[in-house]
Amino acid sequence: MELSEYKDVYVFAEQREGKIQNVALELLGKARELADANNEKVVAILLGKGIKAKADELIAAGADKVLVVDHDLLKDYLTEPYTQAITQIIKEQKPSILLIGATTIGRDLGPRVSARNCTGLTADATKLEISDDEAHEFRMTRPAFGGNLMATILCKEHRPQMSTVRPGVMQKMPADPSRKGEVVDYSINFDEKKIARVKLVKTVKEEKTVTDISQAKILVSGGRGVANKEGFAKLEALAKELGGEVSSSRAMVDAGVMEQSRQVGQTGKTVRPNLYIACGISGAIQHLAGMEESEYIIAINKDKFAPIFSVADLGIVGDLHKIVPMLTERLKAMQK
Amino acid sequence: MPDTTEVKINPQTGTLIRDGVPSIMNPDDKGGLEFALQLKDKFGAHVTVITMGLPQAEEILREALAMGVDRAILLTDRKLGGADTLATSNSIAGALRTMDFDLVITGRQAIDGDTAQVGPQIAEHLDLPQVSYMEDLQYDEATKTFTIRKQTEEGYQILQMQAPCVVTALASAVQPRYMSVNGIVTAYDKEVEVWGADKIDVPEDRIGKAGSPTSVFKAFPKQLKPAGETHEVTPEEAVELIINKLKEKHII
Repeated sequence: MELSEYKDVYVFAEQREGKIQNVALELLGKARELADANNEKVVAILLGKGIKAKADELIAAGADKVLVVDHDLLKDYLTEPYTQAITQIIKEQKPSILLIGATTIGRDLGPRVSARNCTGLTADATKLEISDDEAHEFRMTRPAFGGNLMATILCKEHRPQMSTVRPGVMQKMPADPSRKGEVVDYSINFDEKKIARVKLVKTVKEEKTVTDISQAKILVSGGRGVANKEGFAKLEALAKELGGEVSSSRAMVDAGVMEQSRQVGQTGKTVRPNLYIACGISGAIQHLAGMEESEYIIAINKDKFAPIFSVADLGIVGDLHKIVPMLTERLKAMQK
Repeated sequence: MPDTTEVKINPQTGTLIRDGVPSIMNPDDKGGLEFALQLKDKFGAHVTVITMGLPQAEEILREALAMGVDRAILLTDRKLGGADTLATSNSIAGALRTMDFDLVITGRQAIDGDTAQVGPQIAEHLDLPQVSYMEDLQYDEATKTFTIRKQTEEGYQILQMQAPCVVTALASAVQPRYMSVNGIVTAYDKEVEVWGADKIDVPEDRIGKAGSPTSVFKAFPKQLKPAGETHEVTPEEAVELIINKLKEKHII
C-alpha cells in the first residue's frame, strides 16, 4: 500500500428517509478541521434514492465535494449495497480518513467496510486530531475498558484510517449557504446477487414503551423533592424538550411514583449520560454510585448542604418546582 | 471478560487493577447464547460456543455448558494476543471456517471494548450476510430462512436471510436461562476444547498484533472532574446559569 496516494477526509453522510442526520453534519465540522490541518479536502459520501438535492446542505456544513450515489438499491439502508458503494469509492478515490456516525446504521456499516478493505476502525472516538509534529499523524482517542481508561489509537500502515463517532460528540459548523462545493454523480457496479441475500420485509416506527435509561444521553432525574406524579410531569416536560429521559431516585420508586426500570443507583441502574439533571435528590451514597460518572451534572435542591452538590458540576440552591418549568419554557422559546 | 462495572484504575500508573475483578459472561453474548439454546429447544440445533481469550476464560465456557450448549471451544494462543477487532474477527472466522454451521450468533458488543465490530467483521471474512442489533429470531426449517427483528433508533425492522448467516444479538432482547443443577454437574464432565492458532484456518499475518491495523499509541486514566460550583440565586438567574452552561457544553 502506497500511503502517500491516500488523501482527503471523507465523511459518510447518513440520511434516513431523505433527512441528513445531525451526526453527519457534526462529522463534517470535525472533518473540516482535520482537512485544514493537512491542506486537504473534505468529501462527503451521500448514498440513497432521490437525495441529490441534499448535497447543498453538506457543502454548507463544510464539504468541498459531495459524491452522490442515487440508486434504487440504496433507498433503505442495508449492509451489503452500502458496503459495496463505499468500498468502490475507497478503491477508486483512496481516502486517507473516513468518518462514520456511530448510529445503528454506522455501527453496522463501519465494521463491514473496514473488514472488506482490510483496515482499522476505531469505535466511538471522542477526540480526533492531526498531531502538530512533523508526522501529522491522525490520532483517535476513545474511552476504553468500560470508560475507565482513555486510549489514543493509530492506524499507521492501512488506509483509510476509519473511525466512528457517536452523535453529539463533535460540533457542527454554523451552516454557511454561501460555501461553494462540487457535486459529483457517482456510479457503482453493484453485485446484485450478493445484495439479494438479505431481504428487508418492513420498517416499523414506534414509540418506545420500555426505555433503557442507561442508554439515554440526557437524564432529568427526580427525588423526594419532586414529591408526586404532578411533580414528575414537570421533569418529563423538561426531558422532552432536551430530547432526554426521566429517571428517579429510589425514594420515588418506593413511593410508587416511578417505575423501577427508571431507578438510578446501586439497586437500580448505573448511568453515564452526557447530562444528568438531579432535581430534588439529596444524593445518598447509593444514588451517587449510580450517576457520578455522568459527563455533566446539574443539581437543583432546596437544601444547600445536600450531598448531591459534592458531585455536581453546577449546583443550584432553589425550588425545582419553579426552576424546572421556567427552564422548559425558556428552551421552548429558543426552539422557535 | 472482567466485569467492567467493578474495574479500578491505579492512579499512579494509569493501569488497570484486575485483582478481584470478577469474570463474567458478556451480557450481549449471554443474550445471543439464549437465542441459540431456544433454537436447540425448538429445532434440536447443535450449539457450539467459541471464545477467544486467556486460559481462565474456560470458566465462562463451563457456564455456557451448564446452560445447555453441546460443545465449547476456547481459542487461546500467544500468537493471537494483542489483537484489535480486525485480527480478533479474523481469528474467530478462522475457527468457524473449520466447521459446518447454519447460523453464527455474536453479542452486539462487549462491555469492555464496546466496539460492536467483531460480529459484522466475522460475517465479512466468511462472506456471509449479516443482521445486527437482533431483538428476535424466527426460523423456518423448510426454507432454512431466518426472520429477524432488528432494533433501530426509530423502532424496528423485519429482515430475512437464509442459512448460513450471521446475527449480532442484544442482551435486552431476552432473559437468559439459569444454569440447571444437572447442567452444572455435567458441565464438569464435559470437555472444553482448547485450540491453538495452528487449528484455525487463517494466514498468520492476519492474527494477533501483526494482523492488527490499529495500535494503541497511549492509554491514560480519564481526567478527574474539577470541583463544581454552587449558586444560591433566584429562579430567573438559575435558568440563565443553566442555559449558559448547556450552551457552553454544546448540549443545546
